[in-house]
Amino acid sequence: MSLDAKIPQGPLAEKWSKHKFNLKLVNPANKRKYDIIVVGTGLAGASAAASLAELGYNVKSFCFQDSPRRAHSIAAQGGINAAKNYRNDGDSVYRLFYDTIKGGDYRSREGNVYRLAEVSVNIIDQCVAQGVPFAREYGGLLDNRSFGGAQVSRTFYARGQTGQQLLLGAYSALNRQIHLGKVKMYTRTEMLDLVVIDGQAKGIVTRNLKTGEIDTHEGHAVLLCTGGYGNVFYLSTNAIGSNVTAAWRAHKRGAFFANPCYTQIHPTCIPVTGDHQSKLTLMSESLRNDGRVWAPKTVETAEKLRKKQISAAEVKEEDRDYFLERKYPSFGNLVPRDVASRNAKEMVDEGRGVGGSGFAVFLDFADAIKRLGEDTVRAKYGNLFDMYYQITDENPYKQPMRIYPAVHYTMGGLWVDYNLSTNVPGLYALGECNFSDHGANRLGASALMQGLADGYFVIPYTLGDYLATIGPKPVDKNHQAFEQAKQDAIAHINKLLALKGTKTVSEYHRDLGHIMWEYCGMARTEEGLTKAKGLIQQLKADFWTNAIVTGENEEINAALERAGRVADFIELGELMVTDALMRRESCGGHFRLESQTPEGEALRNDDEFAFVAAWEYKGENQPEQLNKEELVFENVKLTQRSYK
Amino acid sequence: MQAVSGGYNYKKITDYTTYNPVTHNSKNMSGNMNLTLKVWRQKNSQAAGKFVTYKAEGISPDMSFLEMLDVVNESLTLKGDEPIHFDHDCREGICGMCSLYINGRPHGPKKAITTCQLHMRSFSDGETITIEPWRSAAFPVVKDLATDRSAFDRIQQAGGYISVNTGGVPDANEIPIPKVIADEAFNSATCIGCGACVAACKNASAMLFVSAKVSQLGMLPQGQPERYSRVQSMVAQMDAEGFGNCTNTGACEAECPKEITLTNISRMNNDYFSAKLFREEHAHDQNGD
Repeated sequence: MSLDAKIPQGPLAEKWSKHKFNLKLVNPANKRKYDIIVVGTGLAGASAAASLAELGYNVKSFCFQDSPRRAHSIAAQGGINAAKNYRNDGDSVYRLFYDTIKGGDYRSREGNVYRLAEVSVNIIDQCVAQGVPFAREYGGLLDNRSFGGAQVSRTFYARGQTGQQLLLGAYSALNRQIHLGKVKMYTRTEMLDLVVIDGQAKGIVTRNLKTGEIDTHEGHAVLLCTGGYGNVFYLSTNAIGSNVTAAWRAHKRGAFFANPCYTQIHPTCIPVTGDHQSKLTLMSESLRNDGRVWAPKTVETAEKLRKKQISAAEVKEEDRDYFLERKYPSFGNLVPRDVASRNAKEMVDEGRGVGGSGFAVFLDFADAIKRLGEDTVRAKYGNLFDMYYQITDENPYKQPMRIYPAVHYTMGGLWVDYNLSTNVPGLYALGECNFSDHGANRLGASALMQGLADGYFVIPYTLGDYLATIGPKPVDKNHQAFEQAKQDAIAHINKLLALKGTKTVSEYHRDLGHIMWEYCGMARTEEGLTKAKGLIQQLKADFWTNAIVTGENEEINAALERAGRVADFIELGELMVTDALMRRESCGGHFRLESQTPEGEALRNDDEFAFVAAWEYKGENQPEQLNKEELVFENVKLTQRSYK
Repeated sequence: MQAVSGGYNYKKITDYTTYNPVTHNSKNMSGNMNLTLKVWRQKNSQAAGKFVTYKAEGISPDMSFLEMLDVVNESLTLKGDEPIHFDHDCREGICGMCSLYINGRPHGPKKAITTCQLHMRSFSDGETITIEPWRSAAFPVVKDLATDRSAFDRIQQAGGYISVNTGGVPDANEIPIPKVIADEAFNSATCIGCGACVAACKNASAMLFVSAKVSQLGMLPQGQPERYSRVQSMVAQMDAEGFGNCTNTGACEAECPKEITLTNISRMNNDYFSAKLFREEHAHDQNGD
């Protein structure tokens, strides 16, 4: 099947403006005849639901948490990029576009990324108008900080809680529409399936997590804003409940899944302490503005540190290797995440890791504290330092943080065209749930930007075009496809509840995570991936015979919820490995050991792999089919990414 | 370790069932703390609840409190018993979902943290820990330790926003805001909506929660047009939900994981009385279409 991304023709800077003009409109009186389903209430979902309701559409909004404000966007720390050039430091829409394309290792679409950079400026305006309390300077104007992969300061922030403040802004806009009756909110409700009629998305199947009731909801369009799938690794910086189920069920109903192997391993997270660990905590990239990353120069020094014979402060300056500053003098500690992570792993692999486990490097603030004073550092990063202290019992004002990479974000996701439409008409994917803007590696502070761009400024335009095409005729809620999808969901639940084996679902999840981290994590090989594929297939078979799922459907049943999510993660895991095996090149976060430059950097193969891999589900236990969308670069020249 | 091409040393693993990267990565696999837990179990909102005693064994001081409960739940599951239900999600202190009343205090014994950030090193070996849900008529128990806090959402829906549509707003820097005001608004805005303030209050008052939003928006220039209607709408909804009144004991401030201060309540009272006494004409809901 050929994939048409529907990128508008014409010069890059005019594509979006012209496209907006060419899109069909729905007249104001007709908007109220359309019902729109929005699944997820993070930045993308809340902003889309609010904006569409403001336009006059009837919106039904769903989240599995007890309140829309809990969505995991809330946990984003560092900031949001925007090409405002308030600093007068050389920023522009084109530069943000260029940095993002380059940061993504030339595996994203020019048209989409340019539009993202273009609307980034509107996002900041919108958020300020909502009352989002961004950091300000003494003159009363907005402050900025720097983030990785850029040499300008374009990141807007609210201490280390930018995601919280932006989400609460979107949540407030959503609340206003709930109050006005334009959004009907369903909390503690999980999407279990997509309803497709004559090839078009027309509704969803949900489970009420309080009563177990299985319902169907009809709509003229379905928007999935359900986030990423990092929890396939078991341990990640995602929330415990973050899952792939909505996207995966949509995939099984026909939506293509693009670039699943592109996952982001974030360089600065608090290291694992033991087998009990349930999640990993990020230490924001913004810390690399002032923190210096280092490891001991020799294995002997590292060994002494690991055995606590010496402290970090006792390691002399000449015995320290500030390896990012040494290897990448232009960008220093602010290289992109994939580069920083691989270098930390390299230190550990060489035996120069620190901490009790040896699986960590230092992020040191001693110089910053000396230069700026402890109070300034506290004002900038106080909540992060407190969190670190709380979790590790070590005071980061007195000794360097220990950090190690952890799974953080997934660039892959449902395939969408320029209009954010999947290949199933009427089904849209926004935010982290889609694949479109970050290529093979996302730059810091760009996730918040994309989620809000999609929800506030893209979907309100593009959705209207589709709705005008199909017309406002009500969806036939008695169509047998609704009952069929509902019965399928019930059968799936019954199959899970019948599992009365000997191994808990958490154990399966942990096993899956081990396989993914080891073979499909920071470094991947043909041999390892092939092996992982077999292991996941075994794990899947074992899960469906030997897992334990307690309780029943007609009650709050976290065990059942978890089992459904883990079953989907296992299937996704296999597809990720398949995708990673197919992509015999390194790019961004996808690092194939077989493909690297003499300096150990990711070596792309543009002749063979400058395409988006969009996988098509072909049925239970059938191999998925690869569809390719060739990436066309008309404005930037593909080069070896360099941050030296 | 010998570095291979590009410095990557690829570990060869033969059998995933015995391989556990965490054992390679970790300094302590399990701990040696043994605890007794008295946990509130309640099948649903209609059922009567009761305390049930459990043993938590081999607990590491590095575990978070919720990870300790995970361990207990794993052992219950293996026995075919129903695990203890509790709300939780981000496990990094920001989503506001976790909500345990531990030894008589919301979020447990340590100041300024949520339950998920509480670690077992804050307890002693052999200790008995009592774990209850938030107790408030406005927060009915839905199961075991989880409550229904949708009343908080309804209060926000009543007016916790600035009425602007997407698009057509001024440039962000056209509204200069003094840094002290922006910082103070930010402090109020850090509320995570967990409900610890209500759980801590003998009157189950939600004043701290409501006042945090009223203060944040009331301090900012963008929030001025609806300042007085907002406070009245939100307070009316708060009362309708059945939360109690404030009697200035300060328990909410003491237990708030985000250290929201009582000053917020003063600001809210000030705006509320100002609206009632002098601005009744502005009191209608301005948010209608």
